Amino acid sequence: MTKTIKASIPEGPLAEKWSNYKAKARLVSPNNRKRLEVIVVGTGLAGASAAASLAEMGYNVKSFCFQDSPRRAHSVAAQGGVNAAKNYKNDGDSIYRMFYDTLKGGDFRSREANTYRLAECSANLIDQAVAQGVPFGREYGGYLRNRSFGGVQVSRTFYARGQTGQQLLLGSYQALLRQQHAGKVKLYARHEMLDVVLIEGRARGIIARNLDTGEVERHGAHSVVLATGGFGKIYYLSTLAMGCNASAIWRAHKKGAYMANPSWTQIHPTSLPQSGEHQSKLTLMSESLRNDGRIWVPKDKNETRLPVDIPEEDRDYYLERKYPSFGNLAPRDISSRAAKEQIDQGKGVGPLKNAVYLDFSRAIKEYGQEVIAERYGNLFTMYKKITGIDAYKEPMKISPAAHFSMGGLWVDYELMTSIPGLFAIGEANFSDHGANRLGANSLLQACVDGYFILPYTLQNYLADQIRIENTDINHPAFEESEKQVRTQMQNFLKAKGQKTAEEFHKELGRELYDKCGLLRSKEGLEKAVGNIRKLREEYKFNLLVPGTAGEVNSELEKAGRVSDYMELAELMCIDALHREESCGAHFRAEYQTEEGEAKRDDENFCYSAAWEWTGNPSSPILNKEPLVFETVTPTVRSYK
Amino acid sequence: MKINLKIWRQRDSQSKGEFKEYHLDEVSRDMSFLEMLDTLNIKLIKQGENPVEFDHDCREGICGQCGVMINGIAHGPLKNTTTCQLHMRSFNDGDTIYVEPFKAAAFPIVRDLKVNRSALDHIIAAGGYVSVDTGQAPEANSIPVTFEQAESAFDAAACIGCGACVASCKNSSAALFTSAKISHLAQLPQGDKETSTRVISMVNQMDEEGFGHCTNTEACQVECPEDISVLNIARMNYEYNRARVVKK
Repeated sequence: MTKTIKASIPEGPLAEKWSNYKAKARLVSPNNRKRLEVIVVGTGLAGASAAASLAEMGYNVKSFCFQDSPRRAHSVAAQGGVNAAKNYKNDGDSIYRMFYDTLKGGDFRSREANTYRLAECSANLIDQAVAQGVPFGREYGGYLRNRSFGGVQVSRTFYARGQTGQQLLLGSYQALLRQQHAGKVKLYARHEMLDVVLIEGRARGIIARNLDTGEVERHGAHSVVLATGGFGKIYYLSTLAMGCNASAIWRAHKKGAYMANPSWTQIHPTSLPQSGEHQSKLTLMSESLRNDGRIWVPKDKNETRLPVDIPEEDRDYYLERKYPSFGNLAPRDISSRAAKEQIDQGKGVGPLKNAVYLDFSRAIKEYGQEVIAERYGNLFTMYKKITGIDAYKEPMKISPAAHFSMGGLWVDYELMTSIPGLFAIGEANFSDHGANRLGANSLLQACVDGYFILPYTLQNYLADQIRIENTDINHPAFEESEKQVRTQMQNFLKAKGQKTAEEFHKELGRELYDKCGLLRSKEGLEKAVGNIRKLREEYKFNLLVPGTAGEVNSELEKAGRVSDYMELAELMCIDALHREESCGAHFRAEYQTEEGEAKRDDENFCYSAAWEWTGNPSSPILNKEPLVFETVTPTVRSYK
Repeated sequence: MKINLKIWRQRDSQSKGEFKEYHLDEVSRDMSFLEMLDTLNIKLIKQGENPVEFDHDCREGICGQCGVMINGIAHGPLKNTTTCQLHMRSFNDGDTIYVEPFKAAAFPIVRDLKVNRSALDHIIAAGGYVSVDTGQAPEANSIPVTFEQAESAFDAAACIGCGACVASCKNSSAALFTSAKISHLAQLPQGDKETSTRVISMVNQMDEEGFGHCTNTEACQVECPEDISVLNIARMNYEYNRARVVKK
């Protein structure tokens, strides 16, 4: 039965909601804080900032990551920048404008109050990061520098060369280790969460596997926070790290947390194209390159000349042509779709004809190579390492690739999932970006959730947990959970089939990218559901995992992750199938305007779909959170 | 192309390890080095053998999790390149490649090519931060940082924590790693207030973890994927001595 769910958005005008909430949120006294335990899973920007901030407040935090050090979480790879409504450029920026850009960028499919809060807290994040010693780009006078990003007409992006994510993450990682040193954080690196444990309906702990020893451990707490990132890696080829996975949020989903809009995946327009079958991942080239790079394809699909030999009149700068007011800085969903359109027409470039050109010749002529090198030097170097090509001399070849999950665990205004005591922050939740995320908003959301929002909302929850004793890890709920985890691993090992988890993952990824990627249709999605079910059946008997569960075993780790992907993939297709409209990154072939743009259906689909697990991956229950726009009237999203 | 591999196999830190020989017949020049190992592993698994365990994650050269010795050189033959960014076009048909873990007393072997580098985290935990709590920060532009200061701090802050400097050093010293963090923070007005306590505490921790001393061979910078400068070590020594003198 479909339920209508509420996000518990505070009363009052949009601009006052967060202040009102903070003024009334319950507190926990310092004496009680030191008796309370919080588990934070994931040490990216969201997880590390939350864990550090909570520990500074006096809570006892247990922090988990599967990498060998918290500093390696995938936030580290974000390149271009982080947005903030500082209006240092005096170019008309404001909290409201940033909120509106984000809401419009998401095609009016995000929660108004959350998006506003994101913009509202953005300025503080820059202050915090600078205080931690993050070396942002500076003007010669010593003040902070900004640049522009896709989907906006102001310059509100702060950056640290092409390594903004790395530098922000080091800031929060160092804050986290400072608390470890102070004894307020216990760090569990190389630990993978395999289940969340519920006692009397509340999240009270997790089951984790020590990846170095294979030991299965029980950890209890008063509350559990998931900061485990996105699941774009489900497409196999993606810009994500090899270890990124959906297992933590999917296992929470199977314990009762709703998954919202799982099919909304951002396909990033500027990744390096696939070069062959052996490829394990696609490397992202920062969107910031589109500030100075111009995107084009040859007008003639049978073009054989080298790009530098093709004269201007034979080039089609299709983004500048189709979207004159935003040009090469059109939002990601639109740019990716436009690239796909050109590639599908046979105008793609490169040996596999799967790419488009990103050309810097005009910018180099205008500013000189030195300036371009200062802005993007590391990206040009990286491009050369991977492709062997010097992009100062000829255009880069770029191609769309799976990147960011706008969907994720459903959370209310307090970032709490539908399981009391279980919170989800950063990319692991769904709330702020709607159907398409604007560039440089992901680092922001991760940080804002962790530094500024969770410390208030989690405390509001913990206020009535102060009388609860520390969780007993011998409780039957832990026993049951641990047993399930162990049985599942034994089943993987027992199958002794013919195909590795990696090979299954490749097949699943291809299916999903073809039918639930940039372009979706009823026919394709229905086929995909059938194929995924078949693949999932085969997985049960034909999986090949070497070794045992009681030792280092990367293949066993992968087997668990791919097993979760097999179920999540079907939910993504079901979600995409049920939404009979196009919005943002979700583009259904059947629902487009005459010009080929996304056609929303506000009358029937102005809601977030929050799916509920039923025990059968093929028959989830659809719950709806209506999106109520109190301040803004959704319009047709145009970048022309 | 054809590649011969001699790979270090070791069950855990207690066991004895040895080189094992493998052959791959169809290696593409466009493969990354790690994708070549992926190919080997699929082959091994299908033959019923245990795959070669190695560390990796982002495969974009930024997370610092990958890193092996390739023909005796940390991260292989290309300068300023992580193992994941090294491609097989750097090798020739018929080459024999020796692959070993990063070896150091402070980096116990977990299995095969995987090592435990948490000693590096312990050094950071000893003082590699600015002591500012969430919420305390003043307006970002209230303390100007000149372009040159920020750029110079960044050069040090770019360290990815892979440990290649330790593996390349004949003394297994972590001086480059430690000094990069000290130097990053000492050059910024936000970080310079704690330089004295930071440098003493981090250097002591470095010694406690079992890293060796720096004897200025400068091998570390040569192998560093980010080309972190050995001048940071000079700055660390300067700050260390200054802190000792001022303290007394």
